[in-house]
Amino acid sequence: MKNAYSSIAVAAAAFLALMGAALGQDPTFRIHFWIIFASLAVGAVLLMRNMKLAGGAPADQSAYMDEVIRYGVVATMFWGIAGFLVGVLIASQLAWPELNLPPYFNFGRLRPLHTSAVIFAFGGNALMSTSFYVVQRTCRARLFGGVLPWFVFWGYQLFIIMAATGYLLGITRGQEYAEPEWYTILWLVVVWVCYLLVFLGTLLKRKEPHIYVANWFYLSMIVTIAMLVIVNNLEVPVSLLGMKSYPVFSGVQSALIQWWYGHNAVGFFLTAGFLGMMYYFVPKQANRPVYSYRLSIVHFWALIFLYIWAGPHHLHYTALPDWAQTLGMVFSVMLWMPSWGGMINGLMTLSGAWDKLRTDPVLRMFVMSLAFYGMSTFEGPMMSVKSVNALSHYTDWTIGHVHSGALGWVGMVSFGALYHLTPKLWGRERLYSLRLVNWHFWLATLGIVVYASVMWVSGIMQGLMWREYDSNGFLVYSFAETVAAMHPYYVLRMFGGLLYLVGGLVMAYNMYRTIRGDLRDEIPMGAEAPAVKAAQ
Amino acid sequence: MSNEPQAFGFHSKIERNVSLLLVLSLLVVTIGGIVEIVPTFLLQNTIEKVQGMRPYTPLELAGRNIYIREGCYLCHSQMIRPFRDEVERYGHYSLAAESMYDHPFQWGSKRTGPDLARVGAKYSNEWHVEHLTNPRSVVPESVMPPYAFLANNELDTSSISGHLKTLRVVGVPYTDDMIANAEADMKSQGNPDADNKAFQARYPKAVVGNFGGGKPGKPTEMDALVAYLQMMGTLVDFQAYNPAENER
Amino acid sequence: MEMEYSALRNLVDSWGMLAMVVFFIAASAWALRPSQRRAQEEAANIPFKED
Repeated sequence: MKNAYSSIAVAAAAFLALMGAALGQDPTFRIHFWIIFASLAVGAVLLMRNMKLAGGAPADQSAYMDEVIRYGVVATMFWGIAGFLVGVLIASQLAWPELNLPPYFNFGRLRPLHTSAVIFAFGGNALMSTSFYVVQRTCRARLFGGVLPWFVFWGYQLFIIMAATGYLLGITRGQEYAEPEWYTILWLVVVWVCYLLVFLGTLLKRKEPHIYVANWFYLSMIVTIAMLVIVNNLEVPVSLLGMKSYPVFSGVQSALIQWWYGHNAVGFFLTAGFLGMMYYFVPKQANRPVYSYRLSIVHFWALIFLYIWAGPHHLHYTALPDWAQTLGMVFSVMLWMPSWGGMINGLMTLSGAWDKLRTDPVLRMFVMSLAFYGMSTFEGPMMSVKSVNALSHYTDWTIGHVHSGALGWVGMVSFGALYHLTPKLWGRERLYSLRLVNWHFWLATLGIVVYASVMWVSGIMQGLMWREYDSNGFLVYSFAETVAAMHPYYVLRMFGGLLYLVGGLVMAYNMYRTIRGDLRDEIPMGAEAPAVKAAQ
Repeated sequence: MSNEPQAFGFHSKIERNVSLLLVLSLLVVTIGGIVEIVPTFLLQNTIEKVQGMRPYTPLELAGRNIYIREGCYLCHSQMIRPFRDEVERYGHYSLAAESMYDHPFQWGSKRTGPDLARVGAKYSNEWHVEHLTNPRSVVPESVMPPYAFLANNELDTSSISGHLKTLRVVGVPYTDDMIANAEADMKSQGNPDADNKAFQARYPKAVVGNFGGGKPGKPTEMDALVAYLQMMGTLVDFQAYNPAENER
Repeated sequence: MEMEYSALRNLVDSWGMLAMVVFFIAASAWALRPSQRRAQEEAANIPFKED
């Protein structure tokens, strides 16, 4: 009965979407549901073509469930490149505003597309596929739930399509990183609860008595994200057949809850989840156990306890009451300690094996990601100090900070995991080319360095220009003059992003050839003769 | 943690028990949020006492929804911090009370463009229309996208009362009168020739005018957005505001 | 702001700082203590058990 029930369920969902397209109250809602219907209809047809009503060997219940992870790995790569591409596009729009194509491709609609594509599509798929891989290996148990992991994977892709097409159509809640409207979020909550069930179920049927630390980080990420998304998205739709809803919270509470959500999307989605990844893949790639297991326990509890307090540092000197700002600042500064504890734990895992960095560019990727983790978790607490924030807030400095964390830490650790997983999941001897990994490593590193340093300069300059007075006590610059001053930096920032995107394309090619089973005939890393250099 | 072997003994239980791990980690992550968020609902002084705040008129509300739809908040803040340069550049620092009817808040986090918290009544309607249509025709340095299409999109006036009703559910004090007249108010605010006495009684300080150059009685999205921009930061009576009474 | 600042300053100048330092040292010592090394090593090696 392979796929029979699944095809019926997807077809029924497609029918519901068609109803939405027919009965929607506003034209945007109807167009959105036509898109959802089309996606589901394609899914139903594909499922039916692979349907077998009888027979077929049942899946081996003792083996790991890796097919869904293979899909996840490809999806991670795909959404990563899509997200980087939109990033380069909107960076170009800031440098050359003629590139705005109203209404669908204006900066204001593309920016949420970029942030959601990299955070939720690229990051989310990376988290889901690696967590499915890690939880099976460290529990020595097959994924729980039969077809449920497939539902989680495809359900999440549908969420991404709904969110992304919605942004272009102008369907947004108007809160950063929490833009999808009520029905898209409802769907996400359903998928996310199933994700939690798969993960918990697998943990429960583990054959290993001890729960490995990577799973703690993944688990706390899944649970906390559920809590944050649900609370921050409490809202009342105007009509059950319309796109618009109004959030329950207003003004200052709306702001506080939004940044409680927003900062912990960073703290749990982009940090705790990816630390889970780090605690499995860095030891595996280095072939050494983590430096101090006990330190990882302290790291875990301190990190999850402290992170949740840090949100108000996004609201320094605003109309948020001062006591809340002060709390946010104090906890943000304290957060420095567990963050560096985790970084040290990751880096020291390599102690006694540093020579491997010479020959293993994948390991190099992990080390660079930890270095950027350390850098941005130092910069973050510093920027949360009110006097620093007075200068940095509202400027490009913040954008630079986010990208050194996102491109440096999240991006690099994900690339490392993808390179680690691809040969294993497709049963290949090794990657197609380690030299291409090295190219990717340097392109990405250079891209981040250009991006972050350009944004430091432009951000600090912007902040100083806004507050500069002349000797007569007048403001020196009009706002428009400060915008004009940004132009060269916006061009350079776009170039940094472009380098990072090209690195991603090199990875995609390398993964494609690896999956095909090709091996590049190349001189191994570290065994470089002078004559070879000339030949390259 | 004084008795460490015991503490470790307890911890090794957590390391082997999924439910315990789940419950404890959920507990640990809720503490910070509760301590920070709950008091802002309970403490009376979270929102200052001011005079002049009123809910948005139907046309302003529609304009605000366009502001959200186009992602204006991604480049413009609506939150003036209490610094000399910001107060001189933009006006009085923002109060929590000024966004008390904002579902959601639009304080923003980035100033690619200037703060808009008090942009209301600073420029003419014609300037706004020209600027939104072709930003670089009035501000050559601008990197803002053009929004000329807003003038071609006629507003959907029929559904606006549903929006007011929904906002009343989440706490905005829209009266039955306001809801019943929402559609008519939406049309007449943009029409200086219409009889707007009752409208202005419902929404004190609401400005009537031809905001976006649309035909009278047939407001466009441009009319709505400009109406919203023109009222921003104009409601609170700062003559009557006493900062000392509102220490937080 | 003034009130929170002076309260915090007070805390840091008195027992608060001592308590935090003691806590930090205790947590670090606990993390790096050699006791139960075998159990820890076993846990740390879980990723290498199965592939």
